Amino acid sequence: MTSRHRASLLWTPAVILLAAGSIIPLLMTLWFSAQHYNLVTPDLTGFAGFENYRLLIGDPAFWASLRNTLVLVGSVLLVTIVLGVALAVLFNQDFPGRNITRLLVIAPFFIMPTVSALIWKNLLMHPVYGVFGIVARDLGGTAVDWFADHPMVSLIMILSWEWLPFSSLILLTALQSLDQEQLEAARMDGAGAMARFVWITLPHLRRAVSVVIMMETIFLLAVFAEIFVTTSGGPGTATTNLAYLIYGRALLQFDIGGAAAGGVIAIILANIVAALLARTMATQLEA
Amino acid sequence: MRASRVSHTSVMLLAWTVALVVFFPIAWTVLTSFKTESSAIDASAMLHFQPTLSSYSEVFDRAQYVDYAINSLIVSVGATLLVAILAVPCAYSMAFHPARSTRGLLLWMLSTKMLPPVGVLMPMYILFRSMGLLDTRIGLILMDTLMNLPLAVWMLFTFFKEIPRDILEAGRMDGARVTDEIRHLLLPLALPGLASTSLLSLIFCWNEAFWSLTLTSSSAAPLAAFIASFSSPEGLFFAKLSAASTLAFAPILVLGWLGQRRLVRGLTFGAVK
Repeated sequence: MTSRHRASLLWTPAVILLAAGSIIPLLMTLWFSAQHYNLVTPDLTGFAGFENYRLLIGDPAFWASLRNTLVLVGSVLLVTIVLGVALAVLFNQDFPGRNITRLLVIAPFFIMPTVSALIWKNLLMHPVYGVFGIVARDLGGTAVDWFADHPMVSLIMILSWEWLPFSSLILLTALQSLDQEQLEAARMDGAGAMARFVWITLPHLRRAVSVVIMMETIFLLAVFAEIFVTTSGGPGTATTNLAYLIYGRALLQFDIGGAAAGGVIAIILANIVAALLARTMATQLEA
Repeated sequence: MRASRVSHTSVMLLAWTVALVVFFPIAWTVLTSFKTESSAIDASAMLHFQPTLSSYSEVFDRAQYVDYAINSLIVSVGATLLVAILAVPCAYSMAFHPARSTRGLLLWMLSTKMLPPVGVLMPMYILFRSMGLLDTRIGLILMDTLMNLPLAVWMLFTFFKEIPRDILEAGRMDGARVTDEIRHLLLPLALPGLASTSLLSLIFCWNEAFWSLTLTSSSAAPLAAFIASFSSPEGLFFAKLSAASTLAFAPILVLGWLGQRRLVRGLTFGAVK
């Protein structure tokens, strides 16, 4: 075997490991989803056909979790992109301490999700001892019991805080490659600040925005730790997303068949996003 | 002139306000970590308090923080090394010896990232149990490697693509073997790229929570799982939670700050420059 031939095969260990680590479990999930497999009722085994899917689709909790997933992903995307564009424009200006403020803004991205969720829930949002409540009472208002009264909003706030640095950083980087001469020419031609923003800056950010949308969607569809340490999906099913529902089915109710059916649906959902992402990424390979 | 001076100042004020608001939860956590438990929940002691290290010493003494930190360190560094060992040769052959299958393979690798972890939770749990990998560091290293490998290959691939082929070709003419070519020609040139790839992998491994919470319980549990134990309702210990949190995020925050300039390309698979 020639050295050149060997070099062209160096990708195999990584690909084989990744294939084993993704295809085998994927096939197992598909298999389990068509089996009667519940550790609570070990006597009932065998082929279940679409029974697990039928039970899942007939369960209101499943539809609630699907709705919660979409609300969570959609809201966090909206907040992080709108605020992200605003922050990118702001931090693209020149002002004293720009580098330090950028470091401060990007910091939440590096905080582990379990920490972020717990410090928000306790130190900030606790109705009695949290900063928000204390400040609200000092100002003469009443403290909000965030997680009891607005559990979903609370989660959206925490997740938006976690993901705002990501969107602002990506959008800021994209903004820096904007052709300043083009903006200047538009200004000379009498275009106002708003017109320049809408007709030049925003179109320039389109690619970065789509990248942010798709990357965030991948992670937001799978949000788990933040729910695990704050609401455990409650109250009721108010904050149970698809990921948390499947986790509950699998490791709390031991319904492996049902969890697998949910897993298959989660995979299909993610793949719809993946198809969009792959199209954008494929253009990267043309270069 | 006058108007622009005013807007200059207001931009600065606004930017600093935004930055401090975004950073506030982190600063507040660090501040609270230096309080006693009673002053941590005392509204009149929000800023006026006697700084103490008692919460830190309690986290060290009673909560076995060190055990969890060691797990985090071994798992993150181990997985990042394994990722580098697998991803460097892979990205090298894809960037410099592309075949017809290369493009498809790269896209397929990316697509595995779309597989939601929860979709394969049960199979992974059962596989891990049957192989005796549940609650082991090796198991978590393997899992983190699987999670980060696609990203690493993509990042390295885009970095390698920018290295002029001639340099490597010249080395090959001089009779350099593939391993020498990678070690003595490619890696020195691609060191910044390798550094930011490893940094990102390290951050993701350190912060990884899903598999840490589901596949480990005690002996291999990393800091992400340790912090989660503070969510139990009987433990409203703000100062201790803050101290443990600060200890958990401080190292990775510093690393992240040092490397933040290089992160964008990695985070977007090179799609935004």
